[in-house]
Amino acid sequence: MLGFQLLNGLTFAALLFVVASGFTLVFGLLRIVNLAHGALYLLGGYVAYEVGGRSGSFAAGVVAAMVAVALAGLALDRGLLRFVKGQDLRQVLLTVGVGLVLNDLFLVIWGGDAFTVPTPEALQGAAVVMGVFYPKYRLFVLLAGVAIFVLLWLVMNRTRYGALIRAGVDDAEMLSATGVDQGRLFVITFMLGSALAGLGGAMGGAFLSLYPGADAEILVFSLAVVIIGGRGSLEGAAIGALLIGLLNTFGQVWFPELSYFVVFGPMALLLAFRPYGLFGRAA
Amino acid sequence: MRAVFILAGLVALASMPLLLPSYQLGIASEILIFSVLAMSVNLLAGYAGRTPLCHGAIFGTSTYVVIIAAAAGVPVWAACLLGVAAAGGLSVVFGIIAVRTSGVYFLLLTLALGLIIWGICLRWTGVTGGENGLRGDLRQGWLADSQRLYWLILVVGAVLTFAMWRLVRSPFGLTLRAIKDSPSRMAALGHDVPAHLFAAFVASGLFAGAAGALYALFNDFVSPTTVALPQSVEGLLMAIVGGVGNILGGLVGAFVLIALEQFVSAYTERWLSVLGLTAIAIMLFAPQGLLGLLQRKSQ
Repeated sequence: MLGFQLLNGLTFAALLFVVASGFTLVFGLLRIVNLAHGALYLLGGYVAYEVGGRSGSFAAGVVAAMVAVALAGLALDRGLLRFVKGQDLRQVLLTVGVGLVLNDLFLVIWGGDAFTVPTPEALQGAAVVMGVFYPKYRLFVLLAGVAIFVLLWLVMNRTRYGALIRAGVDDAEMLSATGVDQGRLFVITFMLGSALAGLGGAMGGAFLSLYPGADAEILVFSLAVVIIGGRGSLEGAAIGALLIGLLNTFGQVWFPELSYFVVFGPMALLLAFRPYGLFGRAA
Repeated sequence: MRAVFILAGLVALASMPLLLPSYQLGIASEILIFSVLAMSVNLLAGYAGRTPLCHGAIFGTSTYVVIIAAAAGVPVWAACLLGVAAAGGLSVVFGIIAVRTSGVYFLLLTLALGLIIWGICLRWTGVTGGENGLRGDLRQGWLADSQRLYWLILVVGAVLTFAMWRLVRSPFGLTLRAIKDSPSRMAALGHDVPAHLFAAFVASGLFAGAAGALYALFNDFVSPTTVALPQSVEGLLMAIVGGVGNILGGLVGAFVLIALEQFVSAYTERWLSVLGLTAIAIMLFAPQGLLGLLQRKSQ
């Protein structure tokens, strides 16, 4: 039983990491708190549901979700956020507005029913891990989460693009003074962050269901992950995701109605000592 | 001269129950309640330079407590005080966590804290009734009459508004405004910046709680929607529409947004879309609010 719950916590953490890493990248480099991130997650889920269901291919659904949400991110960045560049409070409220509109739009298109993204046959059924029967698909989510962490870590630490992002997180002004084309870097990062939200929606939509309000739930958890980990920190997001994922799972088992206290109590306590999170610095 | 205007305004507001049919009177009551919420947001956003996104949650916590306490047999007036006290207690916790940050990080933190309250109200079914919410039993006896209720809201709202107006004009309010302009300078001058921000946060939370208690009397029903994010966004938008840093602007903002909601709801169910588009439009074209827009046009 304990092993089962542990795996539940770890798979949820993997999903949270994917969604929160996109959020923290954008927050870290562009200083944009994108509160439409939850809506982008839900959009990814719905697109994966439609494309995956019609083509019969889970992979096609995932790719379509990432592309569609990256394009939505591009439209959001170029179409709206561009006009309030550098004014963070206006940006935040703008993305809140976008999130509300998108949610309402989803309600019109997909209604209030819950959907699940269909999984491929190879990932259906259960496998035996650590002596417990466990759904194969959730194990796949766990592995995918780890793979994406490794991939992002390599990009951030071993490529020129990653070095530019890290430099931008530390000191955006200095970076632009060295002659780097920030505009392009920002657009690419915003699209990458959005694509990660879309990927999360496709992954999560197959084992948590998609419904109006799912975006707010995932947004709360992602915010907590980013707040714990610190702005723009990949490692912080991973640690935060593990913490929140495990606390949430065990909290739901032991104190079903009060799980929110179990999850967010430690976050509040941490913030009392480190207001900018584990790896974060003031923006 | 200003005193005459304010007096005329109050007389006009007080005569509403004699002029308006009961449905429109309900809307007027709602405007008065939400203008108090908008003013409490403005206290922080406009004077302390800290924009919060948790005031819907503080407001709604008070509403929940009033309805739960009254259902447990507490007299209505005492239940209202309990609601305000709960909002104050919540603000103390939020304030301790949030006041050390500023700018967008402050907004992010208060947003997360507010969402936690929403999650708790949604999941703690045994106490909050979960998604179905709780129906109160407050509108009895003296309060059953909507005209009397309106006058009660008006009197309490006017007193609260006066209190906030005095607060921002007091030495404390002036210090807050100086902190908004330059926290480091005020710290260097020997002012305790975190303590001032904390006090402002708690005061603002108490006012939001008072608005929430009035809302409990008015609505007699509470559900997670009352503590959800759109509520906080609406409160903040009202403050911004009325003009950040202008306490009485809250009344204008509440009037504009609620009138818009009523108007839109008559034609379509897509109020959230309209709210979202309104937020986008205000951020793009009128971040200083309607009054700011008018001033800019006239220059």
